[in-house]
Amino acid sequence: MLNSLVTWLPFGLSRYTGRQVLFGGFIVLALLLLPIVDSNSSHVSAVADAGYILLLAFGLNIIVGYTGLLALGFAAFFAIGAYTYAFVASPQLASPAHPDGYHVSFWLMLLVSAAVAAAFGVILGAPTLRLRGDYLAIVTLGFGEIVPQLFQNLDKWTGGPDGIAAVDQPVLFNYHFGFNPTPYYYLYMAVICICLVLLANLRNSRLGRAWMAIREDELAAEHMGINTMTAKLLAFSMGAAFAGVAGVIYAAKLSTISPSGFDFNMSIMILAAIVLGGMGNLSGVLLGGSIVAMLNFLILPQASNWAHAIGASVHSTFLMNVDLTQYRFMLYGIILVLVMLFRPEGLIPSATVRAELRESMKSPEVA
Amino acid sequence: MALLSLQGVTKSFGGLTAVKNLTFDVEAGAIISLIGPNGAGKSTVFNLITGIYMPSSGSIVFDEHAIEGLKPHSVAARGILRTFQNIRLFSHMTVLENVLVGRHARMRSAAWDCAFRTPFAQKEERSSDAAAMELLEWIGLSRFATEWARNLPYGMQRRLEIARALASEPKLLLLDEPAAGTNPAEKIGLMKLVQSIRDRGVTVLLIEHDMKLVMGISDYVHVLDYGEEIAHGKPDAVRHDQRVIEAYLGKGA
Ligand SMILES: Nc1ncnc2c1ncn2[C@@H]1O[C@H](COP(=O)(O)OP(=O)(O)OP(=O)(O)O)[C@@H](O)[C@H]1O
Ligand SMILES: [Mg+2]
Repeated sequence: MLNSLVTWLPFGLSRYTGRQVLFGGFIVLALLLLPIVDSNSSHVSAVADAGYILLLAFGLNIIVGYTGLLALGFAAFFAIGAYTYAFVASPQLASPAHPDGYHVSFWLMLLVSAAVAAAFGVILGAPTLRLRGDYLAIVTLGFGEIVPQLFQNLDKWTGGPDGIAAVDQPVLFNYHFGFNPTPYYYLYMAVICICLVLLANLRNSRLGRAWMAIREDELAAEHMGINTMTAKLLAFSMGAAFAGVAGVIYAAKLSTISPSGFDFNMSIMILAAIVLGGMGNLSGVLLGGSIVAMLNFLILPQASNWAHAIGASVHSTFLMNVDLTQYRFMLYGIILVLVMLFRPEGLIPSATVRAELRESMKSPEVA
Repeated sequence: MALLSLQGVTKSFGGLTAVKNLTFDVEAGAIISLIGPNGAGKSTVFNLITGIYMPSSGSIVFDEHAIEGLKPHSVAARGILRTFQNIRLFSHMTVLENVLVGRHARMRSAAWDCAFRTPFAQKEERSSDAAAMELLEWIGLSRFATEWARNLPYGMQRRLEIARALASEPKLLLLDEPAAGTNPAEKIGLMKLVQSIRDRGVTVLLIEHDMKLVMGISDYVHVLDYGEEIAHGKPDAVRHDQRVIEAYLGKGA
C-alpha cells in the first residue's frame, strides 16, 4: 500500500520505497521541529552551520564522488561565493559615487554567486582537467591556496586579513533575518532539499551516468560518445556552484568574512565528510557531512566544556584550559586514515547502494 | 561507396611501424574479419579508426567523411562503436546503466534537462530505459539488469560490452577479440551473436586471433602480419594462402 502511494510522489521520489520515504520524512519533520523544541540558540546555530558543510559536501561529491576527479582546494569556490556576495552587499566597495557601497538582494546573489563560482570552475578546469589523478590534485591544491591568499593580499578591495564586515543579512517580505540563527536554519534546510532533488536528478540522468562512466573508465567513456572534457567541466562548474551558494548564506549568517575561513583545512574537512559517508552515494554524503559538521560545531565545543568541568573538579589545569576544537583537524585526519583502512567505501556500504538500485528497478518507469 | 575505407594508413611508434600502408574497404552489411598473429597490428587499426591515434599517414573515410584525427567521442557520435580486447566495462555501475551510457550519443538531454528532470529528460529517460532493456533482453542479460557489471561472469561481461556498444545503434561495430578468454561453448555463442548483429543491420569489423573461429561467419578476411597486409579474400581462399600459413605457423613450418 505504502509503496503504491510512493509511486505518485513528484521530484523523482517515486524511486524510493515507502519505508525509505517514511524514514526521510521523519527526519525532515524532526529537523523542522528542532528550533521550536530546543530554544538554545547556539544549538540551532550549530545545526544551521551544518548546512554549509552539507552544501559543500554535495558540490565536492559531484566532482570527487560522481566524476572521480580528486580536487583538493574546493574551499576556494566557497570563498569565491562568499566574497562575491560580500562585495556587492556591504559598504566594502563604497566610493564617492556610491557612499554606502552596493546592496544587491541576497536572493538574487544566491544565483549570481552560484554562476560566478561555476564560471571559476570552468576557468580552473579548462587548463587543468586534461591532467590526471595526482596532477589534478596538486593543481587544485594550489588553486585552493592561491584564492584565500589573493583575498588576503588584495587588501585594497578585500579588507585583507580582516576581511569584509557588515555584510547584509537577508530580508524576506520585510522579515529581517538578523543574527537570529533560526531563519538561517530553515533557509539552509530549504536550499538543501532543493539541492538534494537536483543531485538525485543528476545521478539518474544522461549527464550523471556520463560522470560515473568517466570515473569508472575514462577511455571507454570517451568511446561511448561522451565528450569527457565537457562532462568534466560541467562537473567542476556544477560542484563549484553548490559551493558558491553555500558561500553566500555563510557570509550572510556571519555578516562578516575573512580569508582564514576558507583555508586548506576547510577543503580537507569537506573531503573527510564525503569519504567518511561514502563517495558518490547521496545518503552517504548526507551522513558523512552531518557527522563532520556535528563534530565540528556541537560535539567538540561541548566536549571541551565537559573537559573544563572535569578539570575543575579534579584540579587539573590542563583539562580546565583544554580546547578540543583545536584538535579537530587531527580528528579528521584520523577519520580519513581509519575509513581508508577499514571501510574504503564509506559508512553506507555498497550493499545498500545496490539495494537502492534494485528498488529503482521496481518503479513503473523502467518496467 | 564503402561504409568505411582505409587508404594507405600507416602508424609508427618511434622506430616501430605497427601498421604499414594498409588499404581496405568495409562494405555496409558485411562481416569483415581482421586476423593475424600476436602483435600484428590489429588492435592498432581499431585505435586508428576510433581516434585514439592519429595515422602517421593515409586517410580513413567513414560514411563519406574523413574521420582521421577526430576525437573518439566524435567518431562514436558518427556511428562507429567498439569493444575492447581487455574488457573495459563501467564496473561499479549496473548492467542497465552500462547500456544506458552506451546510448549517450543517441540522447539529447542537456545539463539543464538532467538537473531539473524536465519533461524532455523524463521522456528521453523512459524511452532509453525501454530501448536498453529490450537490448538486454535480446542479448540475454535482462535478468542481470540491476547487477553491478563487475559481478557478471566473464562471458556475460563480454556480451554486456557488445550490448553497450550496440545501444547507440551504430552503423559500424568494431569487435576486438570478443571471444578472447571464453570457453568453447561461449565462443560459438559469441560467433552466432556476431551473425545476428549483422542481421540487425549493423556492419561488423571483427578482430580475431583464432583463424578457424571466424572463417565460418566472415564475408571477407584481411590478414595482417608485422603491420602489413599479407593476404585478403574470401575465407576459403585465405585459409589456403601459403603466406598466411607461414605467418601462423612460423617460417620454419
Ligand atoms: N601505444 C603504443 N606505443 C608503442 N608501441 C605500440 C603501441 N601500441 C601498439 N604498439 C605496438 O604495435 C604492435 C602492434 O600492436 P597491436 O596491439 O596492434 O597488435 P595486435 O595485432 O592487436 O596483437 P594481439 O593479437 O596480441 O592483440 C605491437 O608490437 C605493439 O607492441
Ligand atoms: Mg590486439
